[in-house]
Amino acid sequence: MTVLAIVRKELSLYFSSFLFYALTAVFLVLSGYLFYTNLDFYVRFGGMNLARGLWQYQLFDMRERLLVLVPLLTMRLFAEERRLGTLELLWTYPLRDGEIIAGKFLACLAIVTLMLACTVTYPLWLSRLQPVDVGPLVAGYLGLWLLAAAFIACGLFLSALTDSQLIAGASTYGVLLFFWMITWNEAAVSEGSLQILRPFSLFDRFAVFAQGGIDTRDVSYLVFFTTTFLCATFFALDSRRWRGVRS
Amino acid sequence: MPAVPARPMIEVEDVTKRFGAIDAVRGISFRVAEGEIVGFLGPNGAGKTTTMRMLAGIFPPTSGRVRVAGHDVLSASLLSRKAIGYFPENAPYYSELLVTEYLRFVARLKRLPRGRRAAAVEHALHACALESVAGRRVGTLSKGYRQRVGLAQALLGEPPILILDEPTIGLDPGQVVEIRDLIRGLRGTRTVLFSSHILSEVEALCERVIVIARGSLVGEGTPAELAKRLGKRQRAIVRTDGAADAVRAALRAMPGVDRVEEQDGAIVVESTGEDDLAGSVGRAMQQGGWAVRELRQETLDLEDIFLELVRGGRA
Repeated sequence: MTVLAIVRKELSLYFSSFLFYALTAVFLVLSGYLFYTNLDFYVRFGGMNLARGLWQYQLFDMRERLLVLVPLLTMRLFAEERRLGTLELLWTYPLRDGEIIAGKFLACLAIVTLMLACTVTYPLWLSRLQPVDVGPLVAGYLGLWLLAAAFIACGLFLSALTDSQLIAGASTYGVLLFFWMITWNEAAVSEGSLQILRPFSLFDRFAVFAQGGIDTRDVSYLVFFTTTFLCATFFALDSRRWRGVRS
Repeated sequence: MPAVPARPMIEVEDVTKRFGAIDAVRGISFRVAEGEIVGFLGPNGAGKTTTMRMLAGIFPPTSGRVRVAGHDVLSASLLSRKAIGYFPENAPYYSELLVTEYLRFVARLKRLPRGRRAAAVEHALHACALESVAGRRVGTLSKGYRQRVGLAQALLGEPPILILDEPTIGLDPGQVVEIRDLIRGLRGTRTVLFSSHILSEVEALCERVIVIARGSLVGEGTPAELAKRLGKRQRAIVRTDGAADAVRAALRAMPGVDRVEEQDGAIVVESTGEDDLAGSVGRAMQQGGWAVRELRQETLDLEDIFLELVRGGRA
């Protein structure tokens, strides 16, 4: 399968890049320290409910780490290949653009999944001291994973527009933060606008997951967000076919 | 002309490619028959790379048709791309991948059946003499080796058509000879279109050349044919003590002369239909009463033919 070939190549490039190891280290150190502080808080003030007293805060914190992490992972996906000229070479193989996009998306998702999987050690460790209810955590991690997929799709799209990794990364922060803060100040927009904007807020979409629940509307929105940006990536690549072509 | 017309493997019909306000390629047409090795000549910026990119399926023409192995590059894009191996200018590479790892990746992208991949990679490594560096990262290789890795990915899977964009640029003379031998070894079995601006290379490898300049086709044929068509042209170089303007006017007045140019203090005269140009120039100088310091006649070789074509003459 050609998609698998792309996935393998991308993984191989990630694993041979120093950036990947640096990002993983930063992500795990920060997540670990946050877990320690959240646990300390829970032990002092948290009460009896692990899901509300500990995991909720831990998941919120990890979500923000993801927001910082993902653009740094996605920025190279197309921008680097454009700069190197290898993208043009890919286009000369009997390969659909969709396969290239799917391969890159899945490879990056696999990398983030791997990083998230490393953080499962926290509840595993805690379960040796105290029984841990798995349900809310599954919901929380599903939320993180869907959110990561949405971030990756957005980053992939912006990476396909430029040959500069810096521009790709910076603009991904811009777009994601915009969707993050869209309902930040509820007083700044009218009640009517708030009703329209709220469904688009990535920030609000995570609340239910963090509390251990799964709302299909949140799942649908994140899937929709991801699909939209993947399609946009496809059109961005496809534009070379119709730009400057007389019909 | 071959007795049996061979199947055209590359067909370019009235193709134009426009980027914004710039016409990179303007209405060019040519064909390459099965088994031919054709040189694609032109100065930098003539539209060679743009044309080759269209053949490789990277982007379609603005207007006109491009067919490769009988498949339209736009409507049957996957089939046309399956038939070609493309070597892009500057041979881009993934510096972190191992040579074999990279070639295996390409073999999968070219959709070679699982059972054939290992053999195809071995074959490409062997054909490009890469066995000794098979386990090294592409980024650590010398330019010559990287160029060969680029050729290996083009040759991988034995596509019937090879589009090679400046395959010998930036190589040392020994490496150039190796790459040329490699291309020569493909004669008869593959259709090859390769671009170059090294004329001796084209002369040594190709039975036919296509010359483009400023996006248009300016000449096509065997090097000998092109030379014959332009062969009537003669060039003489003269150095005198006369005032440059007067000398130039006198030369321009001679029958058949169509170009008079000053170059490093000497005057270059070109004419058509004159057999003894130097003799006539000498007589003209005598009539003007100028002393001739230097006078010689040159015949045009492929280099000159090329320059002549790209300057605007037509063969």
